[in-house]
Amino acid sequence: MKKNNIKLMQGNEACVEGAIAAGMKFYAGYPITPSTEIAEVSAQKLPRVGGKFIQMEDEIAGMATAIGGSLAGLKSMTATSGPGFSLKQENIGYAALAEIPVVIVNVQRSGPSTGLPTAPSQGDMMQAKWGTHGDHPVIALCPSSVKETFDLTVRCFNLAEKYRMPVFLMLDEVVGHMREKIEIPDASEIEIYDRLKPTPGDENYLPYKVEEGQIVPAMAAYGDGYRFHVTGLIHDESGFPSNSTEVAQTLMTRIMKKVEDNINDIVTYEESNTDDAEIILLSYGGTARSAKSAMKKAREMGLKVGMFRPITVWPFPEERVKELAKQAKSIIVAEMNYGQMVLEVERIAKGTTDIYHVGKINGEVISPDEIFSKIKEVL
Amino acid sequence: MSSQLVQQYYRADKLPHIWCPGCGHGILMRSVSQAIHNLGLDKDKVCIVSGIGCSSRAPGYMDFNTLHTTHGRALAFATGVKMARPELEVIVVTGDGDATAIGGNHLIHAARRNINITTIVFNNNVYGMTGGQYSPTTPTGDLGTTAPYGNIDKSFDIATLAEAAGATYTARGTAYHAQQLIKLVENAIKNKGFSLIDAISICPTYYGRKNKKGSVVDMMNWLKDHAVDAKVAQKLPPEKLEGKFLIGEFKNVTEPEYTEEYQKIIERFQKER
Amino acid sequence: MANQIELRLTGSGGQGLILGGIILAEAALLDGKTAIQSQSYGPEARGGASKAEVIISETEIDYPKVDSADLLLALTQVACDKYADSVKEDGILLVDSTVVLPEGIKAGKIVSVPILHTASDVVGKTMVANIIAIGAIQQLLGSVTKESLESAVLSRVPKGTEDLNRKALAEGYKLVEKF
Repeated sequence: MKKNNIKLMQGNEACVEGAIAAGMKFYAGYPITPSTEIAEVSAQKLPRVGGKFIQMEDEIAGMATAIGGSLAGLKSMTATSGPGFSLKQENIGYAALAEIPVVIVNVQRSGPSTGLPTAPSQGDMMQAKWGTHGDHPVIALCPSSVKETFDLTVRCFNLAEKYRMPVFLMLDEVVGHMREKIEIPDASEIEIYDRLKPTPGDENYLPYKVEEGQIVPAMAAYGDGYRFHVTGLIHDESGFPSNSTEVAQTLMTRIMKKVEDNINDIVTYEESNTDDAEIILLSYGGTARSAKSAMKKAREMGLKVGMFRPITVWPFPEERVKELAKQAKSIIVAEMNYGQMVLEVERIAKGTTDIYHVGKINGEVISPDEIFSKIKEVL
Repeated sequence: MSSQLVQQYYRADKLPHIWCPGCGHGILMRSVSQAIHNLGLDKDKVCIVSGIGCSSRAPGYMDFNTLHTTHGRALAFATGVKMARPELEVIVVTGDGDATAIGGNHLIHAARRNINITTIVFNNNVYGMTGGQYSPTTPTGDLGTTAPYGNIDKSFDIATLAEAAGATYTARGTAYHAQQLIKLVENAIKNKGFSLIDAISICPTYYGRKNKKGSVVDMMNWLKDHAVDAKVAQKLPPEKLEGKFLIGEFKNVTEPEYTEEYQKIIERFQKER
Repeated sequence: MANQIELRLTGSGGQGLILGGIILAEAALLDGKTAIQSQSYGPEARGGASKAEVIISETEIDYPKVDSADLLLALTQVACDKYADSVKEDGILLVDSTVVLPEGIKAGKIVSVPILHTASDVVGKTMVANIIAIGAIQQLLGSVTKESLESAVLSRVPKGTEDLNRKALAEGYKLVEKF
């Protein structure tokens, strides 16, 4: 703390700092433990940077209002936890189909239902992928530290703007509530991506037409003079609804492919000691810290244990996990749920390696010892 | 005048609309565009937001910034648009089910905040798009496809509901009293705060047929015969008002507006800098 | 880990234990160390059992939770009964002197001192009990420097209470001098 940009900061607070650094100018949400600090700090900081905060009447409205703000040109965010994440799902699907950039933070707590409101969990990972009805593209990032919460919130905004879609920051109560050292980078060091805008005065602007060389259609804001239409119905390039199966096929394929075709730009992960690893620990978010600790202990004892941490959880780092599955004798997936991302690992590994699971559903974090015990069991 | 209105304010290539023959919604939509014309609003600075249902298809035909959202959520989306760009004139077109059943919470809270949004409820006393189920404004005793033995629910008075929740402008008009409705919409838009108009429509296809209300003309005549102007009603004895409903302006007051109040908070910090 | 100190501060909600934990962690950062502070919440804002955890280390901290503590602070009987067995066998149990120690406690050192009484009767404000406690912790462990602890305290407390809090820290140091 010699330098004044080094601070002790909570994960939830770092999320807001990251959002503001990324250009967030609008927050709409509803209070829910353990995400409330994100709303509180947003309420405090946004008007100071010329942005706006509104506390809505419910979670559904929080999502809808954030989308409205984005349509009118502001980088927008909402934050919630389990029960609220469930309530937001319909409008998340709206943002996916209507291609509205918006960041949704879910500070995961123990569920289902009201569950253990103050206890951590990673039980919403599959909900992030499949929560809203219908096929839709998904990007979800999962930070393991306070500093990474800052960085990934910036990245969520950049990805939302670049790919014109809702992007999830899947925090957990462990990272959201712990206070840790963070060095806030200088604004000049932070890469910011702003949405593609139509050429000013473009008379032929079609709100859902992808111009050559672009990934997504240019996005005008309401009030910019384009008078376009936005709907949650299947629509053609003009933005107006269509019942044509051909239009549906084209639109749906395009919104799925914009993520699928850009996996390398979107997917990030971290690995350590995987080169010679016989056992690979695969873990993400707060639990990855326990896995790392267990790995260090194993290495100290001369055991060939490595670690793989998906930072982008959706889309999942499929190619790399496929390679690791061929190389390692076993993969141990540690996550605070009854078995979610392990299903994805099993799907990808296709029987090429043994897969084990360390899960927990009682509201407690998984300790390094619990993971280490599994390592010994697997050996 | 009408065709000029179509040329100027409609997306002609999106017409004809999907509404049934005899539906009152076309008249209501025309009243909104006529009011916008009379006020001389800049089309680029008007944003029309809707939810889901028959009423909510209106924005697709109207040549403004338009947003067709999810069921019940028009006011929540509209709140985001208005917060982000307060200079836009935000008008919500919604239905009785959209606004007061699935979206009831957003309605009372938008009214409570007194955010400068004008809400026109196309109230046809029925869920039309899904095929004639009873809605929160279906009169008690009436029939719907989900009230085959008569509706036992009490119905909402939407204007009174909005007024109680804090709307600063409330009124009721009908598809029959089209000229009056234009004036009401003008005044609602002029009000710097949350405005609501309970705009009574007719649904001959579902509500009318199910409840033996006769032809479209009969239904229009019913509106004519049962609507009493609120000012006139004040002077009438109670027995003269039995079975009637009130139209006209109910409330028109000035109170602090939400986005302006928020702007003051922002300015407080800009001064500090 | 040998170079890692794990602390658990327990008592009742409203005693400022989370703030105490934050201040200790900030002091550690001022000393150039790494630190993590976390807590468990009950649904109550006041009363109830409150627990704050701090890990201070010379190196990177992976697992952010405290399993068994190098030092456990218990300001109330309820907290002591609940958490006393989570102190390491060679660790320190620091309790307020109003707390009756449960039988069979295994701890390297038990320090029972009048933290709450010192706050109310010596410094004159019950609300500074947390500051007295972290002063005592500093004196017992030396895991942060007095200089850093004082500047961390002063940057967190309300303006106008600086002298009061300096006095609280000093009383904290003094309370455990003999131990």
